[in-house]
Amino acid sequence: MNYAWSALCLARIPVLVASLALLVGGCGVNNIPSYEESAKADWSQVLNQYQRRADLIPNLVETVKGYAAQERQVLEEVTNARARATQVQVQIPPDVVTNPEAFKRFQEAQAQLTGALGRLLAVSERYPDLKSNQNFLALQSQLEGTENRIAIARRDYIEVVRRYNTELRTFPGVVWASTLYRNNKPMETFTVAEDVTRPPQVKF
Amino acid sequence: MSAASQSEAGPHPTLGIPPLPLAAEGRSGRRVLPARTAHILLSFVFLLLAVVPALALNLPALSGRVVDDANILDPATRTALTQKLAELEAKTTDQLVVVTLRSLQGTSIEDFGVELGRGWRIGQQGKNNGVLLIVVPSERKVRMEVGYGLEGTLTDAVSKLIIENAIIPRFRANDIAGGVTRGVDDIISVLTGDAEEWKQRAARRPDPATPWGTILMLMLALGVFALVFVMIVGAMPSHLNNRRRRRSASPWSPESSWWSGSSGGFSSGGGFSDAGGFSGGGGFSGGGGSFGGGGASGSW
Repeated sequence: MNYAWSALCLARIPVLVASLALLVGGCGVNNIPSYEESAKADWSQVLNQYQRRADLIPNLVETVKGYAAQERQVLEEVTNARARATQVQVQIPPDVVTNPEAFKRFQEAQAQLTGALGRLLAVSERYPDLKSNQNFLALQSQLEGTENRIAIARRDYIEVVRRYNTELRTFPGVVWASTLYRNNKPMETFTVAEDVTRPPQVKF
Repeated sequence: MSAASQSEAGPHPTLGIPPLPLAAEGRSGRRVLPARTAHILLSFVFLLLAVVPALALNLPALSGRVVDDANILDPATRTALTQKLAELEAKTTDQLVVVTLRSLQGTSIEDFGVELGRGWRIGQQGKNNGVLLIVVPSERKVRMEVGYGLEGTLTDAVSKLIIENAIIPRFRANDIAGGVTRGVDDIISVLTGDAEEWKQRAARRPDPATPWGTILMLMLALGVFALVFVMIVGAMPSHLNNRRRRRSASPWSPESSWWSGSSGGFSSGGGFSDAGGFSGGGGFSGGGGSFGGGGASGSW
C-alpha cells in the first residue's frame, strides 16, 4: 500500500510541474516583457506612419510649386521641416521610447512638420486651379488619411504604454520589475503640443 | 446622536413629512447613516453611468450588413444592399458594411469609424479586409473606413474620389439611398475590378481553415507529456506495476478511462474548426479584422 502511494506521487510529478508552470505564468511574470513587446510594435507603427507622411511631401511640394511658385516661404518651410524631421528620425537612438530627451526632440520635429504642412494646405486654398488639380486632390486626401493614421497609431501607442507603465508600478508587476526586470524603464508617451491642438488658420 | 440626524430620522418637525422609506430601519434613527451612505453611493453609481458612455462610444449593434441606425434607408434599398454585400463577401471575403449613425456622440467621424471597425471586427482575421461606409445625416458627413488589408486597393485617394464623385452629389440632391447604393457599387467595382487580383484573392480565401500548425504542436506537446508519463511509470518496480494494474479504478493507470477519454477528446478538436469566425448562416458578424485609420471622409 505504501509503495502504491509513493507511485501515485511519482506519477503526479509531470502534472505538478505543468500546473506549477501555469501558476507562475498566471501570476504575471510574463506581463512585463509581453507588454514591452507590444509597446515596441506600436512604436514602430508610429514611426512607420510618420515616415509615410514624410514620403508624401516631396510630391506635394512639387505639385503646389507648379501652381503657386510665389509661395516660396511656405514651401521652403515645409521642405526644411521635412528634412529636419527625417534627420531626427534617422539619428533616433534605439532607446528613444525610454529616453525623455530624445523623445521630446522627435516629437518637436514632427510637430513642426505638422504645423508647416497645415500652413501649406491653408495657402493652397487661395489657388482655385491648384485646388481642382486631380493630382493635388489625391495628394491632399492621402495626406489627410496619413494624418488620421498617425493620430490612431499615437493613440494605440499611448494606450499600450499606459498598460506597460502601470504594470511596472502596480502589484504584482512591481515585484517582477524590481527583481527580474530591473532594466525595464517606464516608456515615454506623447503630450499634446500647443501647435498641434491649434487648427491651421485659413485666411481669405 | 446629533440634532441634525435626529431631525432627518423622525418626521419633519414643522411639515410633518415622513422620511423617505429608503430602508426599513430608516425610522429607528440608528440606521440613518447607512441609508444616507447608500443614497450617496447610488447617486455615485448614476453619475458613473452618466459619465461612462461619454468616455467610451456607444456603438450601435451589428444587426446585419446594413446597420441603419439613423433610419434613412427604405427596406427595399436595405435588402438590395445586403444582397450585394453578401455577394461581395462570397466572392472576395471582403466584408463591406454600410452604417448610418444618428449622431457622432461628440467625436469625429474618423474616430468613430475606427472604433466601429475595431469594435465590430469587420474583415477577416489576418487579412483585415473590412470596409465601412459611414453616413451621418445629422452632421452631413460621410466616411469610408478602410481596413489595413485593403489600404493598397482602396487607397485614400480612390476612397476620396468615390466619396466626392459618386456619393456627395446625390446626397446634395437629397438622394441618400441613391448615393449609398452608388457608393457601394463603386467600392465593389474597385474591390473586384482587377480580374487577376480578384482571382488571386479568391484563391487565397481561407476555407474553414484548420490550423494544422497549432494542432501539430499540441499533438507534439501531448506526445512528450505521454512519453514522460510512460517513462516514469515504466521506471517503477514491476511488482508495483502489477499491483497497480489490478487496481484498475486508479485514475493514473494507462488503461483507465480517464487517460483514453482525454486523448480521444483532444483529437476531435471541436474548438478549432471555427477559426474563420464568420458563419455563412443567417447572422452576420465581423471576422476579426482590424483598422488603422485608412480611408477618406467628406461632407455635403
